[in-house]
Amino acid sequence: MSSLDQVFVSAQTALFQLLPEALRPWAGIAVRIGVIAALAPAVMMYLTLFERKVIARMQNRFGPTRVGVYGLMQPLSDGLKMLIKEDIVPRHADRLLHMLAPVTAVAPVILLFAVLPIGRNMVAADLNVGLLYIFAVASVGSFAIFTGGWASRSKFSTLGAMRAVAQLISYEVPGALSVVALIMVTGTLSMVSIVDAQAARWFLFTPWGFVAGVMFFLCGVAECNRTPFDMPEAESELTAGFHTEYSGMKFALWYLAEFLEAFLVCGFTVTLFLGGWQGPAVPFWLLATLLAVIVGMAQKLPLPVRAVGVLVLAAAGLLWRADPIPSWLWFTAKTYALFFVLVWFRGTFPRLRADQLMGLAWKFFLPMALLNIFAAGVWVSYPFPMGTIASVLLLAAGAWGLVRINQPASSHAPRTYVLAD
Amino acid sequence: MALIGSGVLQGLGVTLRTFIETYPWGKALLGVLRIRTGQGLVTIEYPDVRQQHHERQRIFPFLVYDGAPDNLRCVSCKICEQECPPQCIHINGPAKDEQGRPAKVHGRTYPVTFDINVAICMSCRICVDVCPFDAIEMDNEFELSTEERFGRLVFNKARLLKSNEYFQQIKPTEAAEVDARLAAKAKPSPKPAAPAPAAGPTAAPAA
Ligand code: SF4
Ligand code: SF4
Repeated sequence: MSSLDQVFVSAQTALFQLLPEALRPWAGIAVRIGVIAALAPAVMMYLTLFERKVIARMQNRFGPTRVGVYGLMQPLSDGLKMLIKEDIVPRHADRLLHMLAPVTAVAPVILLFAVLPIGRNMVAADLNVGLLYIFAVASVGSFAIFTGGWASRSKFSTLGAMRAVAQLISYEVPGALSVVALIMVTGTLSMVSIVDAQAARWFLFTPWGFVAGVMFFLCGVAECNRTPFDMPEAESELTAGFHTEYSGMKFALWYLAEFLEAFLVCGFTVTLFLGGWQGPAVPFWLLATLLAVIVGMAQKLPLPVRAVGVLVLAAAGLLWRADPIPSWLWFTAKTYALFFVLVWFRGTFPRLRADQLMGLAWKFFLPMALLNIFAAGVWVSYPFPMGTIASVLLLAAGAWGLVRINQPASSHAPRTYVLAD
Repeated sequence: MALIGSGVLQGLGVTLRTFIETYPWGKALLGVLRIRTGQGLVTIEYPDVRQQHHERQRIFPFLVYDGAPDNLRCVSCKICEQECPPQCIHINGPAKDEQGRPAKVHGRTYPVTFDINVAICMSCRICVDVCPFDAIEMDNEFELSTEERFGRLVFNKARLLKSNEYFQQIKPTEAAEVDARLAAKAKPSPKPAAPAPAAGPTAAPAA
């Protein structure tokens, strides 16, 4: 029995033994494409359920409960609904671009999955320019949004698209600059090597890593247009922004792109700053027992399902009792935890104003990212206590100073209103 | 000056607390930590659980009868039809016999048809207020939707008739008031040749 950590990898190897030698590289490519193409929509569907459930709980509601137990079939029924909806194209829209835009939005996002290491030895393509690839491919998304908004020939769409482009381009700058510190310290652009470099310590727990991680995550949130940075689709101002004129499956594609992008932002933040698939060596049977108890106590599941679930989990725990929690499970857990943070943001914050949004990117994140590169340099070039203290002080002073500088001069003065007569 | 971002963290704290307290384990946890909790889940899962409606809730009018459905209180005076702001009441009546004289059942005239369009009614209760005979009252039944647009949205007399016991049951206070008023009205008048004297609310003014 292979170890739990490598169970998928060994399954693939075993399968390939059956194939003739010449076919193996092609089979490898096919499997990778197949897994990503199958996994991405499934992940997205359940992300929508996850988001709706969590946001509902934050608003004292239940969220979807009626389709299937705990609403677990809700994504399927949503998908079906989207499929059978009428596809409406505005009369004066550019039909070709209107159709192409959602496709160009989804394609780069799915391409990004290729460099995401979801476990030890589990990455579709370990590019040695992985980080560069991420920024290059992710930026295609802003073209898609602008194409879609412009091709719809609607004022709401165009306005949303303009905002989107302004926002995406602004946030790409600090987003890219925040990982420069990371490249400087690890000396590599490959995602796998970056994860390996965090074996001893996650980068979030270094002063520069903390700042860079938070900034990278927030820039990512801004780039996938999620609250509080959802200016491009501000539903209270622009009905739905750039995808106002989309319906049916095309609309579903926009949503697919958006959710997958949000998932990838979480995934990449985990990979770059939260240790990727690394995790403390907790024994697997502990987790299996915990899950078995949870499944056993889930009152709404039918009894046979609960019994089978408990038995399977117990068997798995027994079978791999010597193994730690597998790497792919660590990665998934961390990514979903981070996605919870995204939803948490959405449940908490109101939308930023356009000027606040731009101000945050250009007046705070950008100088902070530049300063962070310097702080990372200090951290690297001096040994432990000195370097850490110096970079913490540097960053704290920088943040404080930037906040002071950017504070509006009259924010505390009482306002006087002059009424027009 | 407060710490940078403390307001942001405070806000996040509020939502997180709300999230946690919707679970039983979370409520227990917050109790142990002595964190003040809010109201928790407020959703009433409607088809499974029903909300206890307030007595004064009003949705749609119905016609009251005493005892048997043919003993309805409405005399077809058409005041409600005229007063209804969106004009959703349509009355045919009062019923006539072969000679063209008003037909009477239980000593009262009665409407031949009495339709109220549920799609137009705005639940204003004006019909109830103007009716001199307390013949029409507001119901609190709210599941009035149908799959048919035509026909089923106009409630006819048979559908509108409901007993006084039902009224007493859904709105005890109001029904008691109405009953007392009707009893007071019935007492001083000399009995007309009515087959049902106990339920002769229209006796005095009609004669
Ligand atoms: S409640 Fe108002 S709208 Fe409805 S029938 Fe009576 S008077 Fe008309
Ligand atoms: S319900 Fe009342 S107001 Fe309307 S016709 Fe009947 S008696 Fe007259």
